[in-house]
Amino acid sequence: MLSNLLFRIQSQKGVQGIIVVNSEGIPIKSTVDNSTTVQYAGLMHSFIMKARSTVRDIDPQNDLTFLRIRSKKNEIMIAPGKSPSALSIKPPVEIPFSQHVSRPSMAQNLYSLKK
Amino acid sequence: MLDSPKSSKSSALSAKDSVKKLKIKEETKAKGSAKGKRKQLGKKDEEVDISMASMGHPEIFPLVFTGKTQEILNCRINEDITEEKPYKLLKKEDIIQDMKTRAAVSDFHPVKKIVLEYPGEELLIVLDSEFKYGQNFYLVATEEAKESFLNPPEAEEEEADTKEGTTEEYVYKPPVRKPWVSLGSEKEIEEESVNESLRKIKYMISRVRREFGSKVKFTDRNASSVKDGYIECTSYQDKNFIIKKLEKDVGAQVIPKVKEMSTQTKWTYPRNAATQYFPREFSDEEKELCLSSEDLKEFIISVFLRVEIALQQNEIMNAFFDDWKALAEDESTFGGKSDAYLKEYQSFTDLHYLKHRTVSCVCWHPTIYGIIAVSVTERLSYEERIAQSGKLLLRKSPILFWSFSDPIHPQLMLECPEDVYCFEFCPSDPNIIAGGCMNGQVVLWDISEYEEKLQNAKTGAGGSKNTAVNMPTFIQAQQSGKEPHFVRYCAVSSIEYGHKTVITDIHWLPDYFEVNRMGIAFENRIGVCVQLITCSPDCSILFWDLRAPKPTIQSSFEKAKEEKAIEAPPDVPTTFKHLDLSWRPLIKANLSKSDTSGDYSPTKISLAEEHFHYRMQDKMQYQIKPEIFGDENPYKQLRVPSAKALKILENIPTNFFVGTEDGEVIYSDWKMERESDSGRLISQKPANKYTIHDGVVRTIQRSPFFKDIILSVGGWNFAIWKEGVTSGPILQSCCSSKRYTVGHWSLSRAGVFFIGREDGNIDIWDLLEKTHEPSQTQNISISMITCIKPWIVSSKQHFLAISDNFGTLHILEISWTLSHPSSNERASVDHYFEREVKHLDYFEKRQEFRAKERRELELETQRKKTRVAGGQKSREQMEEQLNINYADFLDEEKKILTGLGLLKATDRFA
Repeated sequence: MLSNLLFRIQSQKGVQGIIVVNSEGIPIKSTVDNSTTVQYAGLMHSFIMKARSTVRDIDPQNDLTFLRIRSKKNEIMIAPGKSPSALSIKPPVEIPFSQHVSRPSMAQNLYSLKK
Repeated sequence: MLDSPKSSKSSALSAKDSVKKLKIKEETKAKGSAKGKRKQLGKKDEEVDISMASMGHPEIFPLVFTGKTQEILNCRINEDITEEKPYKLLKKEDIIQDMKTRAAVSDFHPVKKIVLEYPGEELLIVLDSEFKYGQNFYLVATEEAKESFLNPPEAEEEEADTKEGTTEEYVYKPPVRKPWVSLGSEKEIEEESVNESLRKIKYMISRVRREFGSKVKFTDRNASSVKDGYIECTSYQDKNFIIKKLEKDVGAQVIPKVKEMSTQTKWTYPRNAATQYFPREFSDEEKELCLSSEDLKEFIISVFLRVEIALQQNEIMNAFFDDWKALAEDESTFGGKSDAYLKEYQSFTDLHYLKHRTVSCVCWHPTIYGIIAVSVTERLSYEERIAQSGKLLLRKSPILFWSFSDPIHPQLMLECPEDVYCFEFCPSDPNIIAGGCMNGQVVLWDISEYEEKLQNAKTGAGGSKNTAVNMPTFIQAQQSGKEPHFVRYCAVSSIEYGHKTVITDIHWLPDYFEVNRMGIAFENRIGVCVQLITCSPDCSILFWDLRAPKPTIQSSFEKAKEEKAIEAPPDVPTTFKHLDLSWRPLIKANLSKSDTSGDYSPTKISLAEEHFHYRMQDKMQYQIKPEIFGDENPYKQLRVPSAKALKILENIPTNFFVGTEDGEVIYSDWKMERESDSGRLISQKPANKYTIHDGVVRTIQRSPFFKDIILSVGGWNFAIWKEGVTSGPILQSCCSSKRYTVGHWSLSRAGVFFIGREDGNIDIWDLLEKTHEPSQTQNISISMITCIKPWIVSSKQHFLAISDNFGTLHILEISWTLSHPSSNERASVDHYFEREVKHLDYFEKRQEFRAKERRELELETQRKKTRVAGGQKSREQMEEQLNINYADFLDEEKKILTGLGLLKATDRFA
């Protein structure tokens, strides 16, 4: 069941790999090599914490559900789980990152305008 | 201490008195004993001399204490007696003892009497370190003086002094700090001070995070419905505030400001430390545990959809497509007209060399930036030329080399045997220049000696000083005089075998092939350009080979000539000495007319394979090739290789376009054919001939983008041709009001070309913008434009060299819109040409169709005419008419029958 779903994501066009980490940023499952996994998990964990606290500070009843980072070379998609309680290792964070060509920031503004 | 001698002054009076008494005593003694009177007198004199009465201190007697005396009396200087404590009390008995033991040697001898008469028990000896009284010690002779020395009466004197001082000026006395004495006030203060006695109450209030900032809901409620739902707080007077304040106990004390400060530098002990961290990782079991947990499953399921949608979004609709960028691309093509014009960059003219002369040809130096060569000819008509032929022999028109750094003085001048009408830099060595003369001779120059000079000229006029240092002396001399150097040509072709009239066009064959006497292309092993093609209105196209012919062919006459050539002036480069005056063309191709006898007279030629060196090339390219030959110039060692060894190149097209004096454009092949009967080599008949232009064809040029597209300019119009399309030009302009004199394709935009006109204007055509008229016209000069040559220095700088009939060379900068193609200009131009070809085909077909129609129509009208003219129909005509009618009837009948199915279609054919 679980691996089935992960496989479906992996088989999407342009997906390079999937990393699943727990709430503390410790990788649980990964489809890429170890050094990359550790790097992504470590860097992304702090970033998600920051992003989540930003969203919650703006509106305490709000929460972060999804995060997309478009870079020049690829795109990192992050789907965080439920808000982590202090000791629980359960709620994991999923980081699929896919290869997509970047677009300039101007276009992103345009996108938000279109919306 | 220093005061002590001063203070002694005060006691001087009393001391004097005592001395007087002493003297009186002495005198009375002397009177008493007359016996030793004389002796005593002498002694007395001595004593008086010793005392310091003259200095006001009669009680002081200077003494010399030798080291021995000092030792005996325990008054050694700096040990027992110091400057700070210069006093020493000596017992009278000790001194007397000393005098007794040492008698006259004793230091006390001069003051023996004083010592003996001294009333006290002890005598005061004072150290006179400053030699105030002439010796190192002095003796105080009276008891009073001794007392005053030992206890100086300073206090009294000082007080007197201060008393005097206060009357005159006030002296500030800082307050003296005294120890504080407790009088019981501290107890009072202690009583007054407030101390905290109660313990502080601490409260901690917390709230759930999600309730922070959350909206609060207020609702209405009846106060009476619930018990204690309403509490009233009525106001009342507080008795605490009624008491009147009658007395206030206030205490004040002045205390000096106290400030506590401290500094301390902490010394941290430097230590080597290292931290290493490693990522936290789960073991396999832990991972397995996590993966199998229900939470993770839940999470994955909840998150899966979101991820999938996000991933697919990029594919379904690209929201990040930059519409603005796509917009900008279109905008640039509609660029404003203002910046589309050519901007004047520089112009060159020379009053001396260009007087009454016109520019015939312009060429950019292929490698050196800012160097452009210009050939000039006399601006004369044919008749004038004949009239002045004698004079013209003395005035040779040179080829001038201009540099951007110096607009007044030409950098170099090439001497020409005759007026040169066309020239070209050799593509494989820019120091070799081939030119075509007015009398039909081909000239070769070698400017490799001056390459450095041209290079330096490029760096700017300011650099001339530096260049002079490296230059040979003769150039230096010329530079100082600002007189450009004349470079002699190093070879001219033989007059007998060359062209009969002016050479109007010259081209180097590319370096990858060469042709033999049959006109067949072979591979070129050396990789340098060795062959030239020239054309002239004397109905011939000649091929020339730079290499020395095989020695066996040379006749004795030519040998003699060659020997003569060796005696040429020493400053002429010997690169082509083997060719000088004996150079013969390799092939002579004629363009014979197909219908009548006679030949076409070509003026311009365009080969299929051409060098396009319009761009600043990397110099390295040129430097590589000479290395193959060592240090020497490759052109000095060229030999014709044996023809057998060479490979025939089949794919080299040998076709060419030629423009003639009469305005025809001819398509032909230079391959020679053997005449069937005589076996002589003759050139092929031209494949196609078109008469489009109304005057001399001035330009025939291939597009630098499409090898099969040719631009021809002549008379009052221009045409664009496509190789392989035989029906005619794919584009032909209408006649303009002024004659076109020259044309050139743009080097960077496929659909743009420049055309120079008789009235000094430049027409810029952009085929993508419009084809019926030039997209813009710009005036450059007041006289006829004679030559146009574009040049790309860099992607940002494109130049256009335009020369006019008055000998002025204009360098114009091509604007951005004219030099930079739009995104797919090449493709759209290609598409345009294709469309034109189709249009031409259609046109041709229509023309045929129309011609047929017209013929029929004519026949009809003729028929009608005859009918009308005849009035009455003749018998035959009547019969013919009947026959036709009957045939029509039969046809009609057959149709109806087949339509009704009564007659089978097969039957008809049967």
